[in-house]
Amino acid sequence: MVEAIIEGFEKAFQLILSGDPEVLSISARSILISGTATLLAAAWSLPLGLVIGVRSFRGKRIVRSTFNALLGIPAVALGVILYLALSRSGPLGFFHMLYTPLGIALGQAILITPIAVSFITSAIESVDPEIHRLAKTLGASETEASFAVLRESTGGVALAVTASFNRAVAELGVALMIGGNIRGSTRVLTTAIAMETGRGELALGIALAIILLLLVAAISVLMNVLGGRR
Amino acid sequence: MQGLTSVEGVLVLVLIAVIAMAGVIYLALSSSTTRRLVISTTTSLYDTGVLDAVGAKFWQQQKIDVSFISAGTGLAIQYAQRGDSDVILVHAPSKELPFLQNGDGVNRKIIAYNFFIIVGPMDDAAKVRGLSPLEALKKIKQAGGAGVILWISRGDDSGTHTKEKALWKAAGIDVAMIRGESWYLEAGAGMGKTLQVADEKRAYTLSDTGTYLKYLKDGLISLQELVTQGKELLNVYSVIAVNPSQHPDANFQGAMKFIQFLVSQDGQDLIGGYGQEDYEQPLFYPAVRLLQENTNPELLSWIRSYAYFDGSECPPQYRYQEGALYEED
Repeated sequence: MVEAIIEGFEKAFQLILSGDPEVLSISARSILISGTATLLAAAWSLPLGLVIGVRSFRGKRIVRSTFNALLGIPAVALGVILYLALSRSGPLGFFHMLYTPLGIALGQAILITPIAVSFITSAIESVDPEIHRLAKTLGASETEASFAVLRESTGGVALAVTASFNRAVAELGVALMIGGNIRGSTRVLTTAIAMETGRGELALGIALAIILLLLVAAISVLMNVLGGRR
Repeated sequence: MQGLTSVEGVLVLVLIAVIAMAGVIYLALSSSTTRRLVISTTTSLYDTGVLDAVGAKFWQQQKIDVSFISAGTGLAIQYAQRGDSDVILVHAPSKELPFLQNGDGVNRKIIAYNFFIIVGPMDDAAKVRGLSPLEALKKIKQAGGAGVILWISRGDDSGTHTKEKALWKAAGIDVAMIRGESWYLEAGAGMGKTLQVADEKRAYTLSDTGTYLKYLKDGLISLQELVTQGKELLNVYSVIAVNPSQHPDANFQGAMKFIQFLVSQDGQDLIGGYGQEDYEQPLFYPAVRLLQENTNPELLSWIRSYAYFDGSECPPQYRYQEGALYEED
């Protein structure tokens, strides 16, 4: 068994170094789909996080703890619910999103929204509240004051976005149930790893797993390097 | 949470935004292509790779993009019933008939066959090598009850699982009873995974030939073929189009073209030739000519009694705009 793993690693590096078109296109597709999901999630999580972070309102703690509780939502559970909703006979079937890359992106965006909102809210809350007050004293409107706070918390927001992307690119449940692992269309790194290992192509499975690990690690290292320079 | 300067943070955000924008553009472009054909199919067909070859050839001839969703036969049929696929490629006649009867599917064609095999550990503690399938199962139950061996069931409602349950029943053994016994394990997984579990536990299991040969050749398992003869082990693959009058969204035109391709000489040659080089024997035997010209009467009678409904591969009431598909009847 150890031999098989070593052999798998050797073949994995061969595939990666020789630029195998199948491996490359699967990796590129993963990045594009999860990138889109991250953009979508950021689009609605930034304003949401800003409002929760800056303003005080009734039920704020309930809203915050709801998002925190949803941090660990199992991707498979979300996948089943979305499958039933997007199925041609489901309530959202008319969108024809099932088995499309866009469908996966939408599902992953929903999956990572709690992470994005929670992290962004924390980032914004960690900014000195004086800044908000000071901006308003200097004659800024509420919106302008909020943007001043957002500028101060860029680092935290960037971290939130990276963490969201990492979760999206590494999840399996949504990609499998919504995407269906269709070759050349919705086959991404995680679904390909599951399938190739399942059908005995261990080397290919390990190669794809290494790429996924490298991708996630590279993004985290990038964040650390940028963060450590200050 | 902090550590980035604003400028660097903005750069990271811009970088991510650019990647994401590229993603949106790519997705918009890729989803605007022509109408595709979704085929839900069984893992045993898909995992051998034969369908990728079929899909590529079909694309060459018809320029129709085929998307295969690989699941067990039970799940493949459910996908079609929900209207999420246009064609099913399955191997469980007892599940196909209700699918036709409910009006979910039309125009069934038998496209290929092969044989299931009972595989097990080298030492064959249950002594089933060379027995008839039903005798073998009786011995396996005895040995299992005595605590000598284990049996791994797919347990996933797939075509192979359906076959396994039918075999136990034919051997006069109540599956509901043995399910509770400690020698009878359910993997709840595809064929490849189940073979690996059986290998790991040195257990017996029912397998299709294609997946078994592939795993054996790749050195992933050391299980032996123990029972390979007997009409009870016949495995018949059929294709069925989703009924457009029940599911108006289904791509019926594409589905019919795909069925016509599978039963054409090109399609049949492709299926029959697949795996010859790698395994020195075909993984699937084409069925169309056999059914038309009765080239092997004994085999034909097996297929008729196992996979025909009312003496036909698709009785007339389950046909719809079938064209010349059944003209030889």
